[in-house]
Amino acid sequence: MSLHPDKLPLLHGLVDGELDAANTIAIEAHLKTCADCRAELEQIQAVRDLIAAAPLREHAPESLHKRIALMVDAEAGPAPRAPAASRPAPMPGRLAWAGEGVAAHVLSGRWLSGVATGLIAASIALAVVVPQMTHTDMEDQLVQSHVRSLLVGHLVDIPTSNRHVVKPWFNGKVDFAPPVPELADQGFPLVGGRLDYIDDHEVAAIVYRRHLHVINLFVRPAHTLSLPGEVATRHEGYSLVRWTAGGLEYWAVSDVEMGDLKLFRQAYLARTQ
Amino acid sequence: MRGRGPFWPRLAASADRRTEEARERHDKADAFRRAMMPHMDAAYNLARYLTRNPSAAEDIVQDAFLRAYRSFDTWRGEAAKSWLLTIVRNCFLNSVGGAADRMSGRPVHEIVGDLPDALIESSNPESLLADQNEAAMLRATIEQIPEPFRETLILRELEELSYKEIAAIAQVPIGTIMSRLARARQMLADLLLPHASRKARS
Repeated sequence: MSLHPDKLPLLHGLVDGELDAANTIAIEAHLKTCADCRAELEQIQAVRDLIAAAPLREHAPESLHKRIALMVDAEAGPAPRAPAASRPAPMPGRLAWAGEGVAAHVLSGRWLSGVATGLIAASIALAVVVPQMTHTDMEDQLVQSHVRSLLVGHLVDIPTSNRHVVKPWFNGKVDFAPPVPELADQGFPLVGGRLDYIDDHEVAAIVYRRHLHVINLFVRPAHTLSLPGEVATRHEGYSLVRWTAGGLEYWAVSDVEMGDLKLFRQAYLARTQ
Repeated sequence: MRGRGPFWPRLAASADRRTEEARERHDKADAFRRAMMPHMDAAYNLARYLTRNPSAAEDIVQDAFLRAYRSFDTWRGEAAKSWLLTIVRNCFLNSVGGAADRMSGRPVHEIVGDLPDALIESSNPESLLADQNEAAMLRATIEQIPEPFRETLILRELEELSYKEIAAIAQVPIGTIMSRLARARQMLADLLLPHASRKARS
């Protein structure tokens, strides 16, 4: 050990090239007269040489590179479309088609007639089409959020099976109050809650489990245009079930069978209504 | 379809806006890949020595990259490696929760006080030397050095960061980094050099 502990930081600073000119001159002058500090400097250098000689640096495994690359892709979202001018315009066609469909449906029901029908049908068509145009985007984002939550070990911000803890946790983090029922007796134990982003808006993600599978239940205020309709669909191998209740829109996403996810919706609705 | 007229331009405008947003997101992703992906090894190396566990290190790095991505807007073009390693370190501290004060809270001399016992007990350099190669032995020895000395040593010797950068990452004054580094090297010397010289003699 050095007999000059006050010189120790300077010796380290010297080998690390961190000293300014004045301190460098001072410590070099001291080294000339102090054998202890010279020995200390040699020891520091010996340790550094040992470390430098061995391949000690750990390299990120290839699998981690891939996972992070995928994660960045997911965060970046779907590829930007071609500029509007060169893009084929599917929407007028789809609008017209949907309009006719709804008009035919309304007419065949025979509960409306007269000149108003066309107008009403057109406005209903818009109400139907607008949310549907975003479905694929929406499903992309939901599935990506679901996958991300599993990948990064960031499934929950608040890990607890106690619904009385999860529900108030959302308070002040989102400006709506998602119901958090206990569903363990129905085979869907509560895992916790998390904040997530869908469509650049904060949403509540309530996490349940079905056996070994995770169910992410995304909740956000229902868009004024969105229909109360329930959706059950498969997207990239995941099941998605949508419903609305109490002014909120729910999307349950999981890799469980569709039947299980519908069961989950039933259980959730039964407990919250 | 009288309703289509007034609504159609609005739909077109929102589609253009979405395209614009998608392009911005992709520009951000490209910038992120260029700036941060090259430092994945550094991130993993730090996480590996902090956690002393390969799979925990992977989780930390992935979590760190996600956080880095989401706060990439706050990166002002300063040293990317330091910026990323700061996040890695924070992710590690979050993952160990209450143990965080070990890294920053206690004064250095308190930690140094209970050092030698821990080191002597846990290290058995002879057996390590006998059945492992030198690099593995060195690695294991470094892993025995307690925090916050280990991270200081890793950032200096393996990542070759400056005192100033290390101080910024660990959020302590440069003077503290200097004494931590001195202490870390002293511990390594105590553990390694007698054996190294013995080996040289035999």
